Amino acid sequence: MAVEMEVADGQCRLRPFSCELGLLSRPDGSAAFLQGDTSVLAGLYGPAEAKISKELPDRAALEVLLRPKVGLPGVLERSREQLLRQTCEAVLLGVLHPRTAISLVLQVLSDAGSLLSCCLNAACMALLDAGLPLAALFCGVTYALQPDGAILLDPTARQEQEARAVLTFAIASSDRKVLMATTKGSCSVEEMQQCLAAAQRAASTIFQFYRDSVRRRYSKN
Amino acid sequence: MAAAFKTVEPLEYYRRFLKENCRPDGRELGEFRTTTVNIGSITTADGSALVKLGNTTVICGVKAELAPPAVDSANKGYIVPNVELPSLCAERFRSGPPGEEAQAASQFIADVIENSQMIVKEDLCIANGKLAWVLYCDIICLDYDGNLLDASVFALLAALKNVQLPLVTINEETGLSEVNLKQKNPLIIRKHPVATSFAIFDDTLLIVDPTAEEEDLATGTVTIVTDEEGRLCSVHKPGGSPLTGAKLQDCITRAITRHKEVKKLIDKVIKSITPK
Repeated sequence: MAVEMEVADGQCRLRPFSCELGLLSRPDGSAAFLQGDTSVLAGLYGPAEAKISKELPDRAALEVLLRPKVGLPGVLERSREQLLRQTCEAVLLGVLHPRTAISLVLQVLSDAGSLLSCCLNAACMALLDAGLPLAALFCGVTYALQPDGAILLDPTARQEQEARAVLTFAIASSDRKVLMATTKGSCSVEEMQQCLAAAQRAASTIFQFYRDSVRRRYSKN
Repeated sequence: MAAAFKTVEPLEYYRRFLKENCRPDGRELGEFRTTTVNIGSITTADGSALVKLGNTTVICGVKAELAPPAVDSANKGYIVPNVELPSLCAERFRSGPPGEEAQAASQFIADVIENSQMIVKEDLCIANGKLAWVLYCDIICLDYDGNLLDASVFALLAALKNVQLPLVTINEETGLSEVNLKQKNPLIIRKHPVATSFAIFDDTLLIVDPTAEEEDLATGTVTIVTDEEGRLCSVHKPGGSPLTGAKLQDCITRAITRHKEVKKLIDKVIKSITPK
């Protein structure tokens, strides 16, 4: 049930995207998201009964686990888990499921650049597949600023290494606002704004891809 | 009466103040708490600083050790930052292994060092492939009243400015290193990153330098790190309420103004402790 696509956004191109929904049987929602050679598998459990220590009286407690491809999760994974969790919390209508727990597990299958944006996309698709109530959708977009000043959409691992700065944004589907932003390397304010504007444009293409994937999943054939 | 109202409806209590463009502690929305810095507070450390942002107190100690550099980067030293949130600093932190917030803060500090290039790791190398400095930067929060990241980045910068490294030479005959404790040199700090945090209230209002209470009630936070040239070293928005590009620009402009104030303060403190 994979949907393949390649999109052009000015000179910048996204790598071929592919997404498969509901491929795992045990989780309540699951998604595999591929961006070029980067791939992340997401599984979502819940809303289920929460441990008393983690229970929140007014909303669902969301837990995000990010598992690296090899080894145990470290400090970097922990800080990314925080980014992902707070991004999901911003769109998830947790107040509709108070005193429950939702856990989202993301397993990195291969990292070939733009990993955080791929994790964000996989997380959103898993939320969508589980049918949880959301205020908006979000997508992850990564830009790399090359030494000559050119901006590159959805960079590969090699392009990320050569880049002066790498910026990742999570864009909300409602009026294209910034849900999450994180940067690596230093850049000027103008460059950041340029990347942000480009990310907001690229988001439309990704949301269209979401729409196509979901339509494909629920079409009869 | 006001105290009871605050306990029952904390968010509404805050909104009433914010409507009048002020905060319960008397500050305006764009006003920082009193910032104080004390450099060289730990005499046994190679460099140290204590920073207070209102009640938030953070202490940073830098310990320098010698180690052989890694094989794949033979001309580089190491910087190892660590943020600790002990159970003494606030009720919600438990003792034991570092929690998510402490780990995320450690990663943020490591990113700021790397992104801003405040210290070039090549400067820490003593002999190529043989010996290099390892700087352990331990940042410990003593009193947690919000805005940990700003205080930590400031404490780190001030402590690093205070570091005096002894001269180390390698004896050619024996191949052993000799440490000359009489001759000490300061560390070369190439950039001065300064962090500025904002809390987002009700998806629209931006308030600067939030207290712990404000952080809990807020719907999101943003931290901007700039250097003296006005370049962005980090734009850190870990989820929370969505913002428009214009609002983000507003944050950056304020962060640049804040950088000037902090830089002035640190220069003044450094000048006051340098022997004449």
